[in-house]
Amino acid sequence: MVERTPILNFITHLVLFIGFVLAVAPFVIVAIAASHNLKDVNDVPMSLLPGGDFWVNIKTAWTTANLGPKLLNSFIMAAGVAAGKVMISALTAFSIVYFRYPGRTFIFWLIFVTLMLPLEVRIVPTYAVVANVLSPYQTILDVTGLSWLIERVSGVQVALNLGLLNSYSGLILPLIATATGTFLYRQFFLTIPDELTEAARMDGAGALRFFIDILLPLSRTNMAALGTIMFLWAWNQYLWPLLVTTDQSHATAVTELKQLIPNVGGIPEWNIAMAGTLIVMLPPLIVVVAMQRWFVRGLIATEK
Amino acid sequence: MASITIRDVTKSYARSQVVHGVDLDIASGDFVVILGPSGCGKSTLLRMIAGLEEISGGTIAIDGTVVNRLEPRERGCAMVFQNYALYPHMSVAQNIGYSLKVAGVPAAERTLRIQAVARILELEPMLDRKPAALSGGQRQRVAMGRAMIREPKVFLFDEPLSNLDAKLRVQMRSEIRKLHRRLNATSVFVTHDQVEAMTLADRLVVMNGGRVEQVGTPGEIYKRPASRFVATFVGAPAMNILEGVVELDGLSLLGGSRRLTIPRVGLPVGAKVAMGIRPEAVRLVAPGSQGVLNATVDLVEELGAGRVIYVDLDGAAFSVVTSETVHPAPGETVGLKISPEDMHFFSSETGARLDVFKASVPVPAH
Repeated sequence: MVERTPILNFITHLVLFIGFVLAVAPFVIVAIAASHNLKDVNDVPMSLLPGGDFWVNIKTAWTTANLGPKLLNSFIMAAGVAAGKVMISALTAFSIVYFRYPGRTFIFWLIFVTLMLPLEVRIVPTYAVVANVLSPYQTILDVTGLSWLIERVSGVQVALNLGLLNSYSGLILPLIATATGTFLYRQFFLTIPDELTEAARMDGAGALRFFIDILLPLSRTNMAALGTIMFLWAWNQYLWPLLVTTDQSHATAVTELKQLIPNVGGIPEWNIAMAGTLIVMLPPLIVVVAMQRWFVRGLIATEK
Repeated sequence: MASITIRDVTKSYARSQVVHGVDLDIASGDFVVILGPSGCGKSTLLRMIAGLEEISGGTIAIDGTVVNRLEPRERGCAMVFQNYALYPHMSVAQNIGYSLKVAGVPAAERTLRIQAVARILELEPMLDRKPAALSGGQRQRVAMGRAMIREPKVFLFDEPLSNLDAKLRVQMRSEIRKLHRRLNATSVFVTHDQVEAMTLADRLVVMNGGRVEQVGTPGEIYKRPASRFVATFVGAPAMNILEGVVELDGLSLLGGSRRLTIPRVGLPVGAKVAMGIRPEAVRLVAPGSQGVLNATVDLVEELGAGRVIYVDLDGAAFSVVTSETVHPAPGETVGLKISPEDMHFFSSETGARLDVFKASVPVPAH
């Protein structure tokens, strides 16, 4: 529908512009604060004209919080979550959409239920499992009396222990296990015409072959969209990395930002904190810009 | 090349049975067209031959081997789908060669075979294009190429031309026919388009309601339809049917007081029959003469080469195709002359053809 409504056009643009300003203003203030020296940043009100200490502050933030290795950690975690999520979502959706087996609906609902249980809700049991992945099995053995039996028969005391604290797998795996991606893929797979599946069967392709040769290439844009969203989501995770990484070696950039925040009574170096924030915000921004074209295409899910 | 033997094949879904005991023998190298209205089970039958649909009962054998339990790839069939089902992310060459790739044919040999197929189908200039950049007819040819390259024992076509425009359909029809002559592979072609069916088939199978109504050459089916359904389904405009009761000296038409002279055919007196007459076999004559049915013209359709005249015969719609230079106007009364040898008789109850003796001398009319 094409209408000529200059006044409405003006109002819509005005609303959009106000929204844009509201969204961008905090970033601008962060950037300006990051360019001031210690004295200017603590002026009340803070000057909205940029100062000249931007690069100095960036450098200080980088070294103080040791951001190099932290960014690497963040990157490994975010990329791992994104990749793992894409893989597991595609596989689970493939199974749900293309195979008929007993319990299919039940499994589908099990996956669905995880949507209602975000990480924050199940964080205590998740932590317990990550602290010792084998603890559920240990519990089963203990409760059934099997460990007692084994100890009696062989004299070996059963104490299973596999901890994932302070490891990349500990950071990544619990974040992968949610259902959002599965649904995205399920919806996409449902739009693929049955004839394509049948053509592949006539061509002699088995299930896995069909998945790799046909489904995966067709879902490239979905992968890009899901990957981007998951990368951002994982990058911005705070609570989970904070819990799992007790050791500095695996801390992520987002959690380590707190090191730059001035303590009560300490020097109020907000300019440095803001500079650090800018650095940490940069990689997701690059990912979004790089993936934007694919990302949008994946979300609107158009068939060519 | 392979023969297909179908014995008492049935297909049921959870609630309903869609194919009821089909028996069919397809000789090696035959081009068989399965024709029927939508929902008659023709596509289901084809998909059971292909292995895409499980066979609920009976057996299908290709070249003497029962294939009920075999996967599609093990049956040696290739299929051309209605919507072509090309892989959108692959080039034409990759689409055509995909089955060879799956089968592990070395790349060099694959390229040679793709080129050979592309040459036959005149697809050589567009081997690197994606399906999205092709026209409907080209996509159709790629789908054919994909089937051809496997050198299958059996070609299966599932309404492959129904998405093309009329002109392209005629063109592809003759191309498929030529291709069959060249490859001479056993082909089964499913369609609801009777012109397609008549022009392509060596043998035509007419299906209705999950059953085979008639098997025969297109000529046989047109000239001697085995049932009322076949009679009205094949031929356009459809065969006219007049219900009546056989009397000693003719046929008394229902819905009016008309009588029609019919050959002395050995139909039992008092039997309810449906008399069929092709619109092409009716001649328009001056009304009122002897042995002529009077009717009122409803509508005249100009076809260029001839015209279809729809008339009202005591409330029954009746059509006449004529190429003569008569121009009856709507509302005008015309006479319809029907030769006894053009009449077909079907049982009113079962719809089956009633085979009657050909009378050499028509009974004089009243």
